[in-house]
Formats: sequence, structure tokens, C-alpha cells
Amino acid sequence: MGKTLAEKVWDEHVVRSAEGEPDLLYIDLHLIHEVTSPQAFEGLRLAGRKVRRPDLTLATEDHNVPTLDWDKPIADPVSRTQVETLRRNTEEFGVRLHALGDPEQGIVHIIGPQLGLTQPGMTVVCGDSHTSTHGAFGAIAFGIGTSEVEHVLATQTLPQARPRTMAVTVNGSLPDGVTAKDLVLTLIARAGTGGGQGYIVEYRGPAIEDLSMEARMTLCNMSIEWGAKAGLVAPDQTTFDYLEGRPEAPKGADWDAAVEHWRSLRTDPDAEFDKELVLDAGTMTPFVTWGTNPGQGVPLGAAVPRPEDFEDEQDRVAAQKALEYMGLEAGTPMRDIEVDTVFVGSCTNGRIEDLRAAAAVINGRQVAKGTRLLVVPGSARVRLQAEDEGLDVVFKQAGAEWRGAGCSMCLGMNPDQLAPRERSASTSNRNFEGRQGEGGRTHLVSPLVAAATAVRGTLSSPVDLEEL
Amino acid sequence: MEKFRTHTGVAMPLRRSNVDTDQIIPAVYLKRVTRTGFEDGLFAAWRSDPDFVLNRPEYADATVLVAGPDFGTGSSREHAVWALQNYGFRVVIAPRFGDIFRGNSGKSGLLAAQVDDKVVLRLWDHLAEHPGATVTVDLESRTVKAGEGPEAIEESFDIDDYTRWRLLEGLDDIGITLSHAEDITAFEASRPRWKPVTTH
Repeated sequence: MGKTLAEKVWDEHVVRSAEGEPDLLYIDLHLIHEVTSPQAFEGLRLAGRKVRRPDLTLATEDHNVPTLDWDKPIADPVSRTQVETLRRNTEEFGVRLHALGDPEQGIVHIIGPQLGLTQPGMTVVCGDSHTSTHGAFGAIAFGIGTSEVEHVLATQTLPQARPRTMAVTVNGSLPDGVTAKDLVLTLIARAGTGGGQGYIVEYRGPAIEDLSMEARMTLCNMSIEWGAKAGLVAPDQTTFDYLEGRPEAPKGADWDAAVEHWRSLRTDPDAEFDKELVLDAGTMTPFVTWGTNPGQGVPLGAAVPRPEDFEDEQDRVAAQKALEYMGLEAGTPMRDIEVDTVFVGSCTNGRIEDLRAAAAVINGRQVAKGTRLLVVPGSARVRLQAEDEGLDVVFKQAGAEWRGAGCSMCLGMNPDQLAPRERSASTSNRNFEGRQGEGGRTHLVSPLVAAATAVRGTLSSPVDLEEL
Repeated sequence: MEKFRTHTGVAMPLRRSNVDTDQIIPAVYLKRVTRTGFEDGLFAAWRSDPDFVLNRPEYADATVLVAGPDFGTGSSREHAVWALQNYGFRVVIAPRFGDIFRGNSGKSGLLAAQVDDKVVLRLWDHLAEHPGATVTVDLESRTVKAGEGPEAIEESFDIDDYTRWRLLEGLDDIGITLSHAEDITAFEASRPRWKPVTTH
């Protein structure tokens, strides 16, 4: 029997395999940041251990850094200590760091692909659950905890039980105005937040092949939101075209050898998945969340659901709690929901294509009175590129705030937070209670919906806007 | 890591599903560079409600948490495990855990005991009738026990063999892996030359 893509990549990385034990998996790239690494470096120091492969390790500052005054010392002393600790640790252990102010600084899952470090067939880990983003290249990429960060630093390996495999086949093609974000929100609403648990998911089918690399990253990024171990897409010409010429991509004869290998990274025709889901992209529409987990979503054209419509009792209770927290009444059309803040950014939707899409909607229009639009590029490189293209001017002329790069309001670790009961439309990945600030209420949306919402002040898509 | 064999302690019911790691400890509490001191952030948003279960006196010494399905989903923050441990919890019982949370628990010595949905419902009922009651979690026999007489609960829980063995022995994962250093070196010699590096 043939192998799936995930099985091929997994098997290429098994250092050691023994009955009754997890496989010992080699890690090709370890990304680190300031929040989940300090205790790992401290552990190394206490045990007198070194970083085994600093040359397979890359650090950046993203989670807690400010997006205003980022060229000045960090005002919050606790955040500053955490960032300074990362700087000291990377220097002591010889790890490459892209610090605040460096043009390669940015969200860890944006800079890996951007530098060409994320490549097909690799294993990539990071102390961050959205590491699944890198699966867009046909890599096995997953988030780990701090003890595992220490383990990878010390050994460049991780003991891992072999997951099952699932295919998510998406047929047809996405209608105009419907994006990878809508696709993945639709999928999670259908599969549930635990639906992917225990699986490495391969996204495949015509609708997936049509996606750009950045859209594939959006899709794979949210694999963790339905519980999957990892999500990946088979590498193809789109992948190779994206990678060729990037600073850390192979060059010359190495490039040819790499591409030849990468072309073999496809699921064999006779391979079997443990599970398969099939979706039709043609029926999808802009999709938004109403609740407090990413599975609580509906089409933008629908209304806030009624708890009693859920069959499962736990779902009913969860829906009731979510409506109370979100301050929503069942039956309210989603389009009538007024939004205070619109956030465009994050490792889900903070890349250049996302900013271009939002800017195209905003161009020549104004942010609604009483609504705030915050645009946070995913990396300093994305910011510079956007400024080259004049996107910053488009946003600023519309009344938006144009910020420096980082995770920002996606998780509200820096000063970019919602106030209690403040409502956001956010291109990020989690609508958990308090995620964007204590008491804050989050609706997850695509960049197109975010931009249209900023203009109208209520959840909207570009078709709701008056023609210019 | 301390060995874990069996534990008996006051069990606290958390009647919620999908308790993600942002609820266990919000991001603003993640700025410490130590593994200790995270207890203040545990369930921080819910704790502002005086009626929240963690604030009730009968659970002041709780060491076992009994939660609904999909406990610990979301962010990879191991701080969620540390916050529970720093507060005093040794065991979390739930019908399903977020993958990364379960992994982190095993590495840090918090026992994540997976049971059937019905077992959690029975434990919740038992704890509602007997607030402050204890539950015994035995890792060797993989059983959860509560109550006495005809109402007594004795059910098995799931945990993978490898994590169970490591917890029982209190073993350090890195030490185990480093005993295979020769295998790692041999593997490294076989990696293709075009694989990327971060330093040149």
C-alpha cells in the first residue's frame, strides 16, 4: 500500500523507533520567541546543556512587543524583561535573533516562510500552537510546550506518537469574495473544535490547489482550531514559485535536487487515510463567528443561532454561555451586529495579500464613525512592502491606524487590547473569552469582511458597500 | 520530575466544556520568565466572580479538577499547566483534552486523566451532593475512585503507556533521549545538504 504525504514526511524524520515507545523525530527547524522560551533556556543552564543545533534554530520577538513606538525601549517593564531575556539567551547560546527594529522581525510564522526557511518535507516546531501554518509548504509543523522547546534545544529531536491521517478534500472553486479564511471557518463549524484531534490533516482537491501560498498558510494556520495535530498541503508549482529566490531557499544545483525530492512528496494514489471529509467550495460564502470558540460560526448572511437548536446538551449549554458573554440575542441577523474595533493582522491574516485585499476594499472609503480600524502587518518586511505599495497611505486616509509588526491584538499581550464589552471583527484565529482583552468580544472574519465591516460599522462584506 | 503513583485530594467540579488555555491563564499573565508564580493567573477572568467555584471555601484545598470535554484546547502555553500546578492541582479529569495541553501535562508531572463523558457527569453529581469530597486517582491501576457504598464510583481512565511509565518513574525526557545520542548523530549525517540552516 502507498503512503500519504504526512506518512512520507514523518518516515523521513524517524531517528529511532521502538515497540511501545513514541518515534524519536528529527526536527529540521525550531522557531522560538520571547514568551515560551525563557524557562527552556533556564532548564538548559541548570542541567549544563547546550543548544545542539543553533544553526537549525531561529528566534524573533513577536508576542508581547508594542506596535507603537517600537523603535523605543519597551515601556512595560515585564514585557521588556521577557524580551531582554530572549536577547541574552540567544546571545549566550548562539541562536540567530531578529529583534524588534530588525527588518526581518515579525510574527514567527510569517518570517519563516518569508525567509524561505520553511520548505516542503520538513519538520518544523515552535512553542506556539499556530506553527501549523508552515504545513502550507507540505511540512509537518506543530506547536509544542516549553518542556518540549527545551527538549528540542538540547537534542534537536522530539519523541512523538505517530498520529492518524485525515484527508479534507475540497472540491469546486471558491466564489468571488470567499477566501481561505471563510473556507477554514466553514470547515471548523462543521467538524467542531475537537474534530481534528489526533490527526495530521492533508487539505487537498481542486479548491486547495487553486489557493495561493499565503491562502494555504491561512488555512493550515487554523488546523489547531479544530484540534488537528498538524495540517498540510502537498507542494506543487505554486510552492516552488513562492520559494525560488528567497534568501534561505536552496540555490543552483541544490535547488534542482531539492525540487526533485519535493515533487515526490505527494500522497500515493493507493494510500489510505484513516478518515476523510469532503467539502464543496462552490457553496461557501463569507463566514463569521458568533460565539466564543472558532467552531461557533455561521455564514455572514445568517442570524445568531438559538441554543435550543443544538441537539447536543453540551453544545446547547456552551451556546447559551457564549451568547451571554458575547452580549448577543438569538435570531439577530449577523449583519446587524455593530462592531467597535476592526483588527487586520496576525499569523492567520497578516501577510501582504491580506493587507492588499483589505486595502482594495477600503481604498477611497472611510472608516465608520465610532469604529476603529487597526492594521498590524505580520512582519516588518510585510510593513515595508505595504509601504512600498502605498497601502499604508490607503489605510491612513481612510482613518485607520497603521502599526508596527507583531502578534498585537490577536492575543492582547501588548497594549493592543479590547476594553470590557468592546466588540471586534478580527482577522485573527481565536474568539475565546477574553482573548483580545478581558471582557472583549471577538468575531473572527476574513480580511475582506474586516475591511467592509470597518466601513459600515456592522459586520459586512464588500457587496454591502455602496459603489464608489 | 517527581514520581506520580496515586493521589487522593479534594476534587473541584468545573462544569464547562471547551475550557481553552486562554481561560486557564490569559496571555497578560504569561510574562514571567520562571516556572513558578502563575497561580494568580489561573482562571483569572472567572475568578473575579465571587461565586466562581475556585472561590468557594470548600474547594480551597482542591488538588483534582473535574472538567468537561475539550479541556486545554487552543494555545500551546505550558503556563496553563504550571498555573494549575502552582495553584496546587495534581490531576485534571476530563473526557477529552487539547493535544498540546495533554503533552505539556505529561512533561510537567500534572496527570491528565481521560475518562468517558458519563464518568465526568457522575463525578459532577457526586461532588454536587458532597461538596469538598475527595477523589482518588491511581496511576498504576489507571482508576478513578470516589464515594463509598452502593453510590461509589470506580472507573478506569485513559493515559498512553509511555506517559504513564514516565510519570510513574518520574523520568526526565531529555535524559532518555540523550541516551540515544548516537542515533541522532547518525541521522544527522544522512540529512540532504540542501536542507536550510539559519546561520552561515
